[in-house]
Amino acid sequence: MSGETSLNLFQQQEANRRRTALLVIGFVVFFAWLGFGGDYIYHLYTLAEPPAAYHHTFPWFGIALSLVAALMAWYAYATGPEKVLWSTGAREVVDATDPKERQLVNVVEEMAIAAGVPRPRIWIVDDPDPNAFATGTEPLHAHIAVTQGLLDLCTRDELQAVIGHELGHVKNLDVRLMTTLAALVGAVALMHDIAQLLALGVSRKREYLADAMSAQFTRNPLALASALQKIESADAPTTHIKRGAAHLCIADPLGRRLTAHEGLFADALATHPPMAKRITILRGMGYAQLKKEGGTVA
Amino acid sequence: MGGSLILLVLVVVVALWMVGAYNGLVSLKNQTLNAFKQIDVQLKRRHDLIPNLVNAVRGAMDFEKSTLEAVIQARNQAVKVNAAGPEGIKQISQAENALSSALQRLMVVVEQYPQLKATGNIGQLQEELTSTENKVAFARQLYNDTATQYNTKQQQFPTNFVAGLARAQPADLWEIEDQAERAVPQVDLSMKPKP
Repeated sequence: MSGETSLNLFQQQEANRRRTALLVIGFVVFFAWLGFGGDYIYHLYTLAEPPAAYHHTFPWFGIALSLVAALMAWYAYATGPEKVLWSTGAREVVDATDPKERQLVNVVEEMAIAAGVPRPRIWIVDDPDPNAFATGTEPLHAHIAVTQGLLDLCTRDELQAVIGHELGHVKNLDVRLMTTLAALVGAVALMHDIAQLLALGVSRKREYLADAMSAQFTRNPLALASALQKIESADAPTTHIKRGAAHLCIADPLGRRLTAHEGLFADALATHPPMAKRITILRGMGYAQLKKEGGTVA
Repeated sequence: MGGSLILLVLVVVVALWMVGAYNGLVSLKNQTLNAFKQIDVQLKRRHDLIPNLVNAVRGAMDFEKSTLEAVIQARNQAVKVNAAGPEGIKQISQAENALSSALQRLMVVVEQYPQLKATGNIGQLQEELTSTENKVAFARQLYNDTATQYNTKQQQFPTNFVAGLARAQPADLWEIEDQAERAVPQVDLSMKPKP
């Protein structure tokens, strides 16, 4: 099992590095295309002018727009994690004294050990709806945020499973792609819908993978199943998490009905796979494990 | 001419593959060593925590001296074995397992004295202890997973041809030794409301 997982992990990391690079390049190329296209049109437009008039021969627009886009992409990549956290109004947990927060810190430390990654920084979003997300551009500087609702609602095991899921995203570098995407969406309002479509395409499969990684870290798939159940039944939208960051979360913060459906249409338009299917898969893992250990289903 | 070219290509391909397999093994070896060090870090943390834990309950638990003594003894034994160095992985794991069960007994005892639980920090202490035990367990889990991966890689065809070159040795897994210890009832320290 572990050999197979590690192969997946390596491929997943590579795919995420590549996709992030493609995303950034695509972003810059799009603006370069706009700029140089404008230059070309202006050039044709001034071609027929009398010799004394202005002739647009040097592609100023193209160069300027490409530079601006490159700068913006670099800025988005460099400040993406902060922007995402800032947009949710999260506060960092330092020197936790509250028992629940202390427990959160412990659980994150435990899962970081299980995943073999450095301990991420921990944030709490003051929202009563249970949800969680991870952000960052590499495992060394990763962040994990959970809502107050998740802390209040989940048992220790369930919290552990959710954190395991998020660290799965950190470990296979999903966070890099997702955060860059969210930051680029934020950088250009115009890009919003295009990027939203991109986000849809990239996030469904990796939720299943992160679920599986959580099960590998905690060896307790049933805990994640019951956490997802709780998150699902608390139907309210997570108001603090905006659309641009929706694809980062463990469950769709917008509470869109579409998420609950299977099929071509939902596959193309929902950011998250159906909760029922995720829970079924996790329960399957849990029962298989119990059977192997000779126990009975509790 | 064509024959030697094909031979050359073949040699280059095999050489490239060997480099890849060799580097893969070395990387796994280092990951395994690192995972082992992580267990060490977590065990040290636990050893440091135990004196505090015992002090916190000592006053209220004069009548349970033997349980406390057992914990302290197991702790000191574990510290001693650990200081001996990492070659005795079997001994270390035995001592640490003994410490784990001593701690579990202590926590069972603490559960039996409601007035002790009511004194506040015990809940916090239980959380810290749970976390410490989990950290040790997860560090071992990571080590065992990584070591298994490393061992499998060494034995698999065709990487096994390069294993000697990379000085790859099968890594010992961290095991729970005897059956009785395996059967220690799971103590619920998670502060969950009882169903």
